Amino acid sequence: MFEFYAIMVFVIIGAVFAINLRGLLSSVVAVGAVGLGVCVMFLLLQAPDLAITQLVVEILCLIILIRATIGRGIARQQPQPSVWIFLVFVVFSFVFLYAAYQGMSEMPAFGKPIMRVSNYYIPNALSQVKAANIVAAIILDFRGYDTLGEATVLFTSVIAVLAIMRRKGRKKINERDESHS
Amino acid sequence: MSLIVKRITKYTVGLIMLYGIYIILHGHLSPGGGFAGGVIVALSFIHLVLAFGREDALKMIPGKFISLGEAFGGLLFLGIALIGLASGVFFLNFFHSKGEPFHLLSSGIIPLCNIAIGLKVGAGLFAVFMILSVFKIDDKEEE
Repeated sequence: MFEFYAIMVFVIIGAVFAINLRGLLSSVVAVGAVGLGVCVMFLLLQAPDLAITQLVVEILCLIILIRATIGRGIARQQPQPSVWIFLVFVVFSFVFLYAAYQGMSEMPAFGKPIMRVSNYYIPNALSQVKAANIVAAIILDFRGYDTLGEATVLFTSVIAVLAIMRRKGRKKINERDESHS
Repeated sequence: MSLIVKRITKYTVGLIMLYGIYIILHGHLSPGGGFAGGVIVALSFIHLVLAFGREDALKMIPGKFISLGEAFGGLLFLGIALIGLASGVFFLNFFHSKGEPFHLLSSGIIPLCNIAIGLKVGAGLFAVFMILSVFKIDDKEEE
């Protein structure tokens, strides 16, 4: 598990750098390092499905971030350094870490005991669905309704982006709304 | 982009897209599946846009094709789910008894669902990228 913790520390350092770096491009590169670290963490936890999806979506997000934000003159706001903000940050991070530690210590060990639902899925997936990949059997057969919701989320995001960014039908600020006049 | 990038892109786009289709079709046998394969297909289209520019790429991939893929993928997935309702259960895995496990033609509706999700994700994410990079926010116009 040593590699896992080393990559976890690397991911946390990358996230802190992504917030604090001056330029937008270097922040995006730091976010990419975080995503690749998370991908390797999934691989070490023996979840290749998640690792492939994480890697591919990370690359797509990086391309969209670089292409759609950088080079369009979107300025980054630098916050004013203040003692109060630093104190509040330190106090809240300690409170959060303490609460998380208390919560984590109550959790069972990794991977055991097997939960009740997966206790049914693991022996029955091959005999009932006849799919070699148990992940595909779960997300498309036992839990197909969840996947339908995921597809709806993607569809909604496309509609939302189109509604915000479209040129046609957009009004100027001073223009009257004709349907109400 | 320069001539070298365009020339190399013509060779690599097909390979990237083939890999995405392979991951979609083998989703029930190996790691991957509809979502990851669909994103790889979208990335191959994005590769084309980055190399050739927006106007030339939109000539190769018309916008109608993107919206057709998105709509057809979503409706295909919903349709497969609704066919199961004829036997009483939403998302019923009919004809799962045909085909041997660990073969390409097996496990009932799962390959069909993977194809539907791959179409939908590939077209949808490419549409998001095209919308964000083609339509520009004009700050001067709005002020």
